[in-house]
Amino acid sequence: MMKKCPVSALNTVLTALSGVAPLYLPVNGKGKDTRAKYTKYEDGMIYSTALNTVRSAKDFFFPQTENLVNFKVDGKNIEIIDPREEHEDFILFGVRACDYKSFDVLDRVFLSEPVDSYYASRRAHGIVFTMACTRPAETCFCTTFGIDPSEPQGDVSCYMTETDVYFDAKTEKGEVVLAKLGDLLADCEESTVNEQKELISSRMKALPLSSLSTEAFGGDKLDKLFDDPRWESLSESCLACGTCTYVCPTCQCYDIKDFDTGHGVCRFRCWDSCMYSEFTKMSAGQPRLTQMQRFRQRFMHKLVYYPANNDGLFSCVGCGRCLASCPISMNIVKVMKTLSEEAEDNGSK
Amino acid sequence: MQTVTRETLLDKASALLASGEVSRVLGWKKGEFAYDVTPAVFESAEEMEKDFVYDIFSGANFSKYLIKETAKEGKVLVFLKPCDSYSFNQLLTEHRFDREKVYAIGIPCDGMMDASTVKALAPEGLVSAERDGDNLVIHTLYDGDKILPYADNLPDRCRHCKSKKVVAYDEMLGENGDVVDSHRFDEVAELEAMSEDARFAFWQNELSRCIRCNACRDVCPACTCEKCVFDNPKSGVENKAISDSYEEKMFHIIRAFHVAGRCTDCGECSRVCPQNIPLHLLNRKFIYDIDRNYGDYMAGAEEGSRAPLVNYKTEDPEAADVLERGDK
Amino acid sequence: MAANNRPEALIPVLGVATDIRIDTPDVKTFRVVTPDGKKAFIHKPGQCAMLSIPGVGEAMFSITSSPTNEEYMEFSIKKCGCLTDWLHAMEVGQQITIRGPYGNAFPVDTAFAGQNLLFIAGGIGLAPLRSVINYVRHYRDRYGRVDIVYGSRSMNDLVDYQEIINEWCKEDGINVHLTIDREQEGWDGHVGFVPNYVTELNFPTDCIGIICGPPIMIKFTLAALEKMGFSKDQVYTTMEMRMKCGIGKCGRCNIGNKYVCKDGPVFRFDQLDELPEEYD
Repeated sequence: MMKKCPVSALNTVLTALSGVAPLYLPVNGKGKDTRAKYTKYEDGMIYSTALNTVRSAKDFFFPQTENLVNFKVDGKNIEIIDPREEHEDFILFGVRACDYKSFDVLDRVFLSEPVDSYYASRRAHGIVFTMACTRPAETCFCTTFGIDPSEPQGDVSCYMTETDVYFDAKTEKGEVVLAKLGDLLADCEESTVNEQKELISSRMKALPLSSLSTEAFGGDKLDKLFDDPRWESLSESCLACGTCTYVCPTCQCYDIKDFDTGHGVCRFRCWDSCMYSEFTKMSAGQPRLTQMQRFRQRFMHKLVYYPANNDGLFSCVGCGRCLASCPISMNIVKVMKTLSEEAEDNGSK
Repeated sequence: MQTVTRETLLDKASALLASGEVSRVLGWKKGEFAYDVTPAVFESAEEMEKDFVYDIFSGANFSKYLIKETAKEGKVLVFLKPCDSYSFNQLLTEHRFDREKVYAIGIPCDGMMDASTVKALAPEGLVSAERDGDNLVIHTLYDGDKILPYADNLPDRCRHCKSKKVVAYDEMLGENGDVVDSHRFDEVAELEAMSEDARFAFWQNELSRCIRCNACRDVCPACTCEKCVFDNPKSGVENKAISDSYEEKMFHIIRAFHVAGRCTDCGECSRVCPQNIPLHLLNRKFIYDIDRNYGDYMAGAEEGSRAPLVNYKTEDPEAADVLERGDK
Repeated sequence: MAANNRPEALIPVLGVATDIRIDTPDVKTFRVVTPDGKKAFIHKPGQCAMLSIPGVGEAMFSITSSPTNEEYMEFSIKKCGCLTDWLHAMEVGQQITIRGPYGNAFPVDTAFAGQNLLFIAGGIGLAPLRSVINYVRHYRDRYGRVDIVYGSRSMNDLVDYQEIINEWCKEDGINVHLTIDREQEGWDGHVGFVPNYVTELNFPTDCIGIICGPPIMIKFTLAALEKMGFSKDQVYTTMEMRMKCGIGKCGRCNIGNKYVCKDGPVFRFDQLDELPEEYD
C-alpha cells in the first residue's frame, strides 16, 4: 500500500525515521559550497531536493578511507587486530535511481566471491529510500543505461509533488520501517503518483542527452574500440586528476596502504584512480605509460570490460556528476558520442 | 569595448595555419552544453571551423599545456587572456618551455564564467547561458530564463580581477588593458581579522570537503614538478586519501608554500575544484604577505623577474619583524 | 578456491620465517610457517600469496615451494623495492603476515597430465616454475619427458642452484639445460641467452611449453618456440602486475576483462592474444 504525508509534515516524518535508525539525507552545504551533500539528520535540518549530491551515495558502502586491519609490532612479533565493530542499521534517504543502480554495479564486484565483508556488512545494514527525479538535469542520461527515474528501486521509493511526499515500500525491510512511522503516514492509492511518473518520463525524453546510445559498446567491442585512434584526441588535455573517478558512483578501484600511528600500524584502504600514473607502477615496470592509456582504461572498463564480465551491464549509471565536475569537461558522454561516430570522420589523428 | 569574437580568433588562426607559421592551435573546443568547453589542440582550419569556440566559458588557462605542446614538432599558437599571460611569463622565467615554439596571441578579457558558477545560479536543468551586453542570460529547463548582471555574478577570480593587461604576446588582438585595483585581498583581510578559532573553523569547514583528487595541483601552472612529492611513495605524505583530519590541511598548505612567490593568482585551482573549496584564498594570503613584507610583487608580470623570496636584499625585513607583523 | 573459505579475504594471518637462504646476490629464499609450525594454507602450483611487514607494505609473491611439501612454504624473492629490501634484511624468527592463496595455478592435473613438459626460465623467473617442477617430480609417473632450460646473467645469479645440481640434474627423465649470459671462470656449461639456447636445443613440438622470466626474454623465447613449430595454445606463462587486494576487486591488475590476481597469473599465450595489448 502506497503511503503519503504532506510536504509540510516531512520533517516530522524525518525525525521519526531518525528515531528508527541513524538517518542520512541530502542537505545543502554551509560555507563556500552550498550544494547538497549527505548529512546525518538532526532535528530541523532541511531535506535538499537538489537533483544530485556532489558526492555519490557509494560513500556509505564504500567509504573513501576505511581501516581494514590493525597491527601491533613488538620486536620480531606481530599482533593482528580486526578493528571492526558491528555495524548498526542506517537509513539513506533521497537516493536517486541512478545512484541506487550503482549499488548493483558495486555489488557485483564486492559481493562476488570472495565477498568483501566490509562492504557486505554496510550493505546489509543500509535501508535505502529512493526519490523519483521530478526535475532531471541537462546532464542526466540514466535512461541510456536502462534506468527509469520514474520508478526508482530501493527499500522504499518516494515521490515528491508540490504538496505531498509519497512512500512506496518495495521490500520487507522497507515495510517494517514504514510501519514504525504509524499514522504519520496516510494510506493512498498507488495510482496517485501516476501523473508524477508520466511527467518524469516525458521530461526524461526531452533532455538533451536522451538519445545517447550504447550500441557501439559492450563486452564484445574490445577489438573495435581499443585501437581507435580517437583516444588520443579525447585524452589530449586530460589533467590526470582523479575527479571523475572520485565523484563516480560506480568507480571502485582502491589502494591498500599502511599508516604508522606511532603506537601501531593501521592498514587502510582508500579510493584510488586508474587515471593516476602511479596506479599500475611496479618495481619491474609500468604497463600503462601514457595518459592516453590510462584514460582509455577507465572508459574501456566501464563500457567494455565490466559488461563482458557482468551480463552486459555497463559500469555507468548516467548520473552526470563527471559532466559537471571534470576540470576540462571531458567525460563519458563525449567519449561515447565520439567513438560512436563512424571511423571515417576520425578527426585528424 | 573591443570586439574580439570567435570569428576574429578563427580568422587569425586559420591564416597562421595556412601560412605554415604555426602547425597547431591550442584552443577551446565546444561541448554538449554551453559550459563544458574542453581545451583541445586543433591542426586545421576545418577542425577549428567545426569545433572551436570562444565565449564566456573559454576560461581554461592554456599556459601549462605549452610544456607538453612545445615538446612536439613545429610551432603552436596559443591564445592568452591577461591571467594566462602571467602564467606564461612565470613558466618562461622557470625555463619550462621553449618560447621560440610558441606564437602567442594576446586577447583582452572581461571576466569568464565557469560551469560551477552558472550551475550555482541555476542548479536545476541549465540549458545554456550567454552574455547579452552587461547581462548574463541563463536558460533553464523548468524555470524559464534568468537575467542577471554579468559582472556581479562572475566567479571570484574574475570579480576580483588583478589585471586586464596581457603581459606577454607576439600579437595583440583588440585593445590591451591595464593592471586594475581589484580588491582581491579584501577577503584575505577579512580572514585575517577573524579570531584564530573562527579562522580555523572556516578552513576546517572548507578543507574537510577535499577528496584529494589532485585537480588543483594538476591544473596549476606553478605545479610543474616532474614528480610531485605527493606522488612519491617514499615521501611519507603520498596518501591519496585522508588518513586523519589533519591530512588534507597538510596537502593544501604544503602546496600553497610550494607555489608561494610563483603563483600568478590565475584562480584555476578554485575553478577546477569539484568540491568548490576557495583554494585561491590560500595563495592570495601568501601574495598579500609577500607584498606587505617585501614590497609589491606580481609573479609573471615580467619575464625573468626574481621573486622576493629568492632574491636577498639588504633592506629585506628581519625575520623578527615579519613575525611581529604576523602577530598583529 | 581456499580464499573463499576464509571469511576475511583482506585480513592476513601470521607467518614466521624459519629459514632464510641466500640464493644469489639479490635473491633470498624464505621458509614460512604459521606460529604453531604449520603451513598457512594449501595452494596449487603457480599460485601466489600476499606477504607483508606491517608499516612497510604488502606485495604479491609466487609460492616457490610445491604443494607436495607438507611442512612449509617457500618464497624466492628478489630485492627490488621497499618491502623486499626489508625482507632481505630480516632475521630468522621474524614474524610476517601472509594471506592467500591467490590466482589460478598451472593446470598440472588437467592440461599437463600425461604430457611432455618443457620449462623455460630466466633469472628470478624460476621462482614460480619451481613449484610446478617439484610437483611434477613428486608425481613423476603422471608426466612424460621433462626438459628444463634455465638461464641467468651469471653462475651466481642462478636461483636454487644447489637443488638443481643435487636433485633435478640427477633425476632420470629430467633434462636440465643451464646457461649464463657471459663467459665466467669456473663455468663449463652453455653460454648465451635463453631464447637462443632454446633454438639451439631445437625441441620437438610434442610437449607443453611453460615460460617465465623478464618480459623481453618471454617475448623472444615465445618467438623461438613458434619458429620451431609450437602453437600458442601449447605454451603457458605467468604474469606480473601490480596487485593490492589479490581478489579481483581493487582494479590494479585489470587487463581487458581479466584480473591477473584472480583470472591469472597463469595464461596460455592464445588467451593473452585475446586481451588488449598492455603488457610485453
